[in-house]
Amino acid sequence: MGMGNGNPPIVEIVNLSKSYRRGSQTIPVLEDITFDIADGEFLALMGPSGSGKSTLLNLIAGIDKADEGTIRVGGVDITSLSDKELAAWRAANVGFIFQFYNLMPVLTAFENVELPLLLTGLSRSERREHVALALQVVGLSDRVDHYPAQLSGGQQQRVAIARAVVSDPAILVADEPTGDLDRVSAGEILQLMDRLVREFGKTIIMVTHDPRAAEKARIIRHLEKGILTDIDGQPASPVAGS
Amino acid sequence: MFFLKLIIRNAFRHKLRSTLTVVGIAIAIIAFGLLSTLVGLWYHGVEASSASRLVTRNAISLVFPLPLSYKDRIRQVPGVKTVSYGNWFGGIYIDEKHFFANEAMEPKSFLELYPEFILTPEQREAFIRDRKGCIVGKRLADTYGWKIGDLITLRGTIFPGQWEFVLRGIYRGAEKGTEERALFFHWDYLNETLKKTAPRRADQVGFYMIDVERPELAAEVSQAVDAIFKNSLAETLTETEKAFQLGFVAMTEAILVAIQIVSYVVIVIIMVVAANTMAMTARERIAEYATMKTLGFGGWHIAGIVFGESLVIALSGGLLGVALTFPAAQWIQVELAQFFPAFTIAPHTIALDLLAALVVGVAAGIFPTWRGATIGIAEGLRRIG
Repeated sequence: MGMGNGNPPIVEIVNLSKSYRRGSQTIPVLEDITFDIADGEFLALMGPSGSGKSTLLNLIAGIDKADEGTIRVGGVDITSLSDKELAAWRAANVGFIFQFYNLMPVLTAFENVELPLLLTGLSRSERREHVALALQVVGLSDRVDHYPAQLSGGQQQRVAIARAVVSDPAILVADEPTGDLDRVSAGEILQLMDRLVREFGKTIIMVTHDPRAAEKARIIRHLEKGILTDIDGQPASPVAGS
Repeated sequence: MFFLKLIIRNAFRHKLRSTLTVVGIAIAIIAFGLLSTLVGLWYHGVEASSASRLVTRNAISLVFPLPLSYKDRIRQVPGVKTVSYGNWFGGIYIDEKHFFANEAMEPKSFLELYPEFILTPEQREAFIRDRKGCIVGKRLADTYGWKIGDLITLRGTIFPGQWEFVLRGIYRGAEKGTEERALFFHWDYLNETLKKTAPRRADQVGFYMIDVERPELAAEVSQAVDAIFKNSLAETLTETEKAFQLGFVAMTEAILVAIQIVSYVVIVIIMVVAANTMAMTARERIAEYATMKTLGFGGWHIAGIVFGESLVIALSGGLLGVALTFPAAQWIQVELAQFFPAFTIAPHTIALDLLAALVVGVAAGIFPTWRGATIGIAEGLRRIG
């Protein structure tokens, strides 16, 4: 089921199910999810706490394993990859933006952004060029030697975004990227993400509780108790199915 | 290089905690090094023994004497170059706290047998000439401020009475470890006094010291000497000086074992402390490890970072401990000079110190490394916030 911007799907999810075990109990989190995400799309996943949206994001990003179903990202069936293959695949194809930024406190902004590039075959000077460009894109060229503790929340999130894009991945996954920010900073981060989609053709999948954040996305999907409750193929709307 | 930077910065991220752990390891390493040195010193006499010197004593026990008449018969054994003899005197200077070795020796042959005790020719002559004369080691003389010509009085315990000696020489050791805290005086002085005060104890010696022509003759000469006195009233036991010294060490083996156990216990305790620090560290950084895994780093990367941090902390403590062991040993040498001939840290003790620090680092890092390397990403990321 393709949708959105008319581009071919970059993420194809078919009959995806996931459950967790708590003692002897099995708790279903996602049930029989099937949908596609078009290349270059900005999609917001919304839903109440425990609805399974972060689990779905983790499965798409290859940091959790599905019980059933398949996920194809850029033509690769990531459900069939081993842990090692999955790690290499993530390093090359997925950029991560977290709610609490998840920067290494002992590394400077520059070093944090450089981190994913250590897994590539780039030389030191090539890495420096990439990092400088990524920090320029997020507007932090003047903060390269600052440690996370010396930056505001919004600046830290921008460093995290620079880290996410520095290896030029096809998709970016963002889990509550504005959840820890004030309104002004959140607006700046959302604008930056929108720019990444429009100018750099990135595909962004964002989990959020915040309707204002979701407004920035072109597509909004809702999850209720592990089930997709509506599909919106139209331009961004905070309301499912409109 | 990047990872080394990350490891070092991580290691000293919590400055107080890391400093306390490093200092703790350093103190443990100092204690381990000093105790190891102490155990080594126990064997100092054994190591300083000459391969060509034998000691003949009463076969029953060192406590029982041998007749002076044995001297000439020992001298006739083929391969024997020099024979000297003496008695452990066991005199007390001032009180029991001021312990030092003091022995009655036949001076001429004794100085011939022990060339490592260096005297000036004048002092040597003066000592040999004066029957009430004595010589002391340099360190002993320094301890009590004795000078040539001073009168030294010992209270006899094995040989009761007040014994006065005139200091005729202060010897230096040929090597750093040569015993310089002993007093030697004329055996004749002891013997002639005994002839007057306790005639039955006169003309008896505690032990003979034999210099053989070549070290390889030691076994042969030992057997020959003991064979001469077999079935006599005072059978002999002849052994190399090394074996003789080892016999003394064996008497205090329980103390040695206790010291060794304590030194290892110190290391085990600090290992537990370091392991606790590393476990706390790893627990706090689970989310960071999960983030790195999210970015594509494998378990081995995380393992290297955690394990490297453990090694950096342990080896920092080890190096600090080694650096501080030398001044500590110097302090002991000065303050406790009367107990130790030379409290010197041997190279193999330093190697052992560093090995102990390495073991602490490895042991402390095993569990946190495993935990960091195997943590699930989703589980680790849930620890944030």
